[in-house]
Amino acid sequence: MVTLDTSAIIDKTPPPAATGIRTSRGYRVFQVVNTVILLGVVVVTLYPIVNIVARSFSGDGYIRSGKVNLWPRGFNLTTYKAVMTNAMFWTDYRNTVVYTVVATVVAMVLTTCYAYVLSKKDLRGRGVLVGVAVFTMFFSGGLIPNYVLVTTLGLKNSVWAIALPNAISVFNLLVMKAFFEGLPQELEEAAAIDGLSTYGTLWRVVLPLSKAVLATMVLFYAVSFWNSWFTAFLYMDHSDLMPVTVYLRNLIAGATNATSVGFSEADATAVGANIQAVTIVLTTLPILVVYPFVQRYFVSGVTLGAVKG
Amino acid sequence: MSTIRTVDPPPGASGAGGRKSARTRPRKPRGATGTKRTWRQALRRDWQLYSLAVLPLVFFAVFRYLPMIGNIIAFRRYHPGGSMFGDEWVGWRYFKLFWHDPSFWHVFTNTLVMGVLTLIVCFPMPIVLALLLNEVRSRKFKRLVQSVSYLPHFLSTVIVAGVVMQFLAADGPVNQALHHLGHKDILFIQQPGWFRSIYVSSELWQTVGWGTILYLAALTTIDDNLYEAARIDGANRWRQTWHVTLPGIRPTMVTLLILNIGTFMAVGFEKILLLYNPLTYPTADVVSTYLYRMGVVSNNFSYAAAIGLFESLIGLVLIVSANRISRRTVGTSLW
Repeated sequence: MVTLDTSAIIDKTPPPAATGIRTSRGYRVFQVVNTVILLGVVVVTLYPIVNIVARSFSGDGYIRSGKVNLWPRGFNLTTYKAVMTNAMFWTDYRNTVVYTVVATVVAMVLTTCYAYVLSKKDLRGRGVLVGVAVFTMFFSGGLIPNYVLVTTLGLKNSVWAIALPNAISVFNLLVMKAFFEGLPQELEEAAAIDGLSTYGTLWRVVLPLSKAVLATMVLFYAVSFWNSWFTAFLYMDHSDLMPVTVYLRNLIAGATNATSVGFSEADATAVGANIQAVTIVLTTLPILVVYPFVQRYFVSGVTLGAVKG
Repeated sequence: MSTIRTVDPPPGASGAGGRKSARTRPRKPRGATGTKRTWRQALRRDWQLYSLAVLPLVFFAVFRYLPMIGNIIAFRRYHPGGSMFGDEWVGWRYFKLFWHDPSFWHVFTNTLVMGVLTLIVCFPMPIVLALLLNEVRSRKFKRLVQSVSYLPHFLSTVIVAGVVMQFLAADGPVNQALHHLGHKDILFIQQPGWFRSIYVSSELWQTVGWGTILYLAALTTIDDNLYEAARIDGANRWRQTWHVTLPGIRPTMVTLLILNIGTFMAVGFEKILLLYNPLTYPTADVVSTYLYRMGVVSNNFSYAAAIGLFESLIGLVLIVSANRISRRTVGTSLW
């Protein structure tokens, strides 16, 4: 039985020889060094992010003269106001939300259906159905044929160009399959005896029991769609169809030229040197807010996938 | 259909058994002959289950296998707006073109260098970090380090590129530190000499924490009795790590190594696309970015498809041989 047991990774890792039969002096030195190294990892990971946040609240003069490090200097919200009153920023932000929701719904429906089918071990042709999916992990058509295909199908400039080509992640599929395989068969057999169809069993018995894995999968998909930029960059021709990640990309590529993302010439000179920093903060904020609450779901999903993957 | 057949065999034929059926099946699900009765029974009993597989199979057929067939434009001239399978046969023309193109070999070398560097740095570090985390006694501290180090994994590549650029900007923290040391500004992002270091360190920053998860999970499965036995045999901490811990996580290491080798050719396409610029092309341009510019930007689709097919085949050969070597030598394999 496979369960979503995150605590196994986060809490229960027993340090080898925790009983401490011999805590030699060398080992104590190692513990101190180890703590210092790991603190170093924490600092190095957070430093660039904290710097961006500090920059986003700082005054132009301090930024340009390279005086902003870990704390805002010349605190002001001018750039935040400028970005948040920029119409294109909100258009693109709304696009990100729409694309993420649509693509996640499509992905969840297809992935759940297929994972459920693959989890039936006695199903005729199951090996082939698994093979169809797994082979695509190791060989793909490549960028150009995909681009030609999406163009030929006329999906360009629509949400389907983002949702359809990425509808099933094989990794997520295998995670769900592993979870379904771990569910007790007796429940489904009982449901069948009670006269439920396969669809009914899936909808009323299996899915309610799978809330944990469903939540994990929704998070996996939602985060990857929220973060994606290249698909939209490739298939969308107009800036008002772009997700906010592409908005940010144009800002980075255009250096400090804010006219590239819908600021008028007059406004562009008014926005501060920290427009990139502000946009980075505003784009990442939703992820940073939910991150502490959903982190353990991700960890459990990855380890569950590894069991079979 | 005959045109489709001709391009079909290479990818399937080079793989292990079972591949071939996997590739032909979606188009004729009832094709298995000789076992008709059982198939009929299976369909009668499980038709509802099979019906659930229809849409996903359409997805795989259209968006995964059709593009594989679409690679035929590497052998046929393709005009934007024309048939997605090209208009006329040109044979190996596009392959010869890139084979004799010095810029291709330049980006090919760059890809190898970048791939090797990424592998050398980004594969072992999560193992080291996992081993260090495993020695931490305080749960709270361990959890803090884990939560923080996982964070960059959740950031969009665009955000990561933005953070890198701000961090290395003329007014960013790195140049501030150089100033304090009495050094002049370095415009990191514009210098080819810095690109590889920047790319690999940002990759490490983004992946090292997340990469520990599978190792930490594997570490929990090691039997405590093994450590007990090792201690009784007089093994110190270091020897316990060497003789018990590392062998315990070896299957995980090998599996991840094989997967890393399989994605070797595709090195960080999106991030390089965001971080590079014409000034850094000499070191930064790799096969995937080159074919993107050739194909999508300059509309040489067939030429780019030929390069892409070459790249995918190398990837497939790499993962198949890595898997085979690993199965023969250490007994761990993906399939």
